[in-house]
Amino acid sequence: MSLWVIDKQAMAPFVAKLMDDYRVVGPLAKGSQFAFDEVEDPADLRLDYNTSILPPKKYFQPPEERLMTFRRNGGTTVQPIVEAEPTVILGIHTCDLHAMRVLDEAFTQGYPDAHYTRRRRQAMVVSVECLEPCMEHSFCKSMGTLTADDGYDLHLTDLGAAYAVDVGSDEGKALLERFAEARPAAEADMQQLNKVLGAKWPRFPYKLETEVDELPALMSQSYESPVWEELAEICLACGQCTIVCPTCFCFDVYDEVDLSLQDGERRRRWDSCQLDLFATVAGGENFRESQAARLRHRFMRKGRYLRKKYDALGCVGCGRCARSCPVDISPVNVFNELHQVRA
Amino acid sequence: MIESVVDVAQEESVYLPQMAQLLKIEQMTELEKVFTLQLPGGRSLGNDPGQFVEVSLFGIGEAPISVSSSPSRSNGTFELCVRRVGDLTNALHGLEPGDVVGVRGPFGHGFPIEKMRGRDMLFAAGGLGLAPLRSLINQVVDERGAFGRVIVLYGTKHPSEILFKEDLKAWEERDDVEFHMTVDRGDEDWTGNVGVITTLFPEIAINPRNTIAATCGPPIMYRFVLMEMQSKGIPETQIYLSLERRMKCGVGKCGHCQIDQFYCCQDGPVFTYAQIKGLEEAL
Repeated sequence: MSLWVIDKQAMAPFVAKLMDDYRVVGPLAKGSQFAFDEVEDPADLRLDYNTSILPPKKYFQPPEERLMTFRRNGGTTVQPIVEAEPTVILGIHTCDLHAMRVLDEAFTQGYPDAHYTRRRRQAMVVSVECLEPCMEHSFCKSMGTLTADDGYDLHLTDLGAAYAVDVGSDEGKALLERFAEARPAAEADMQQLNKVLGAKWPRFPYKLETEVDELPALMSQSYESPVWEELAEICLACGQCTIVCPTCFCFDVYDEVDLSLQDGERRRRWDSCQLDLFATVAGGENFRESQAARLRHRFMRKGRYLRKKYDALGCVGCGRCARSCPVDISPVNVFNELHQVRA
Repeated sequence: MIESVVDVAQEESVYLPQMAQLLKIEQMTELEKVFTLQLPGGRSLGNDPGQFVEVSLFGIGEAPISVSSSPSRSNGTFELCVRRVGDLTNALHGLEPGDVVGVRGPFGHGFPIEKMRGRDMLFAAGGLGLAPLRSLINQVVDERGAFGRVIVLYGTKHPSEILFKEDLKAWEERDDVEFHMTVDRGDEDWTGNVGVITTLFPEIAINPRNTIAATCGPPIMYRFVLMEMQSKGIPETQIYLSLERRMKCGVGKCGHCQIDQFYCCQDGPVFTYAQIKGLEEAL
């Protein structure tokens, strides 16, 4: 759609105006890292952040949420709860935009999940183009997620003194018209945009030693690979990798009862296929008993299963799992090792 | 600015159960009870044989339970045969007629009865595996004229663990159902077959190309029963089996029941052997 420009000094007033009508969240400094959080002062916003600790999925699928409340005195009454709040999410990187496609598919296919879809519908997505590699673990260029041509309402590219703003939806256009001092991009702005984007690509290395389209086939051929046992030797089964992953969405459902033992809530929280009881049924049978099988399951999901199911790859190369892993298990290294073993 | 939605009709949560009343509870063995349930207004559950429901007890949680009654006998009620084995099922066993439980579903792919009509049917149930298969067997019996031969094989560990005795008797008494059963080990009153379920296979001879097999039982049983079925020449595409997994949400979201790219709760729990035979985690 159309291309606009916002001067950098007009950004703070834009964000401030958004805050009057929306909950506004974005990347903020947190110690030496960055985290998505509610913006209280537009000056705190760090659109130049490298990567966030948790992906923005937490605004669509919170770490914990209520599904319903129940009361049991004199018969059972149940009240479903779908909590959503109009939110503008600022500064989403394109790897996370690609990841959101996986979540969108997962939560809308078959039985739509109203808890997710309502939050998703109420969110405005303002993404930002990455111009510099964020950290050693990321491999977005190899995964085809270093840019995105849809999935956003507005998309920002840092031109130096201003941001170029791609409009990705009618809602984005309305947001821009209503809240921002923006002007249509002129010839000189587009020249600057070409320069910035032209200079960006060579800065990012290719790290995957095979083609991304080859990954599903590589994973099918690697089911019996000794690599899973080798990784299981060092893996601590802590589940951090799945917690920080932008495409992981598995959850557990549980009831919490208050002190009356009558009333309570049914809730859900993020769960991890890396934890030993994840696939265990009530009779005690565990369908993925070894850590090697659980690790393999995770990588198969990333490289193959989700692609078959949702036509989107389960890994976007953001590198968060590798960064948070206490024993340095890195997906790009695993994929490359599988490729080398096969070759 | 939190928008709390209470209007369920507008956007129903797939996790919200209906409240069903327990009409009847029958103690079947030491560990198993059969519960007869009714949905509000006597509404039909609308299940296919082999589908399951999520049973809820608020304050405890939910568990997937296969429906053991047949759509052909629904009468506005449905039956669940439940072994007490975990938190939810133990609590369920403590309930009385008149109590209410939450029910979501039916979910998943059951047995495709439309592909079975006109064929010979071979059923093999092991232990609690009879619970989902009973739904299909009684449906077939009720439409008896639409099927060729009907052979039912049933094995349990011990005579004290025999389920659905009335159904077994009815099948045994019919001339048009070939019923064979065995126990792994008998007791002093037991005069029938002794041995695992595979010992029943040599007694039957079938036309494999015209036979649809349906089996349900513990994982260990599948390995041997599938071998027997294949050794009689039944094609892998004509062998149906129902898998047990931790189907927490029932709607293909939570991830617990995943087997390769399949979600057991949505793609299954009934699969053909051809669908899953290459999958190491399936059996």
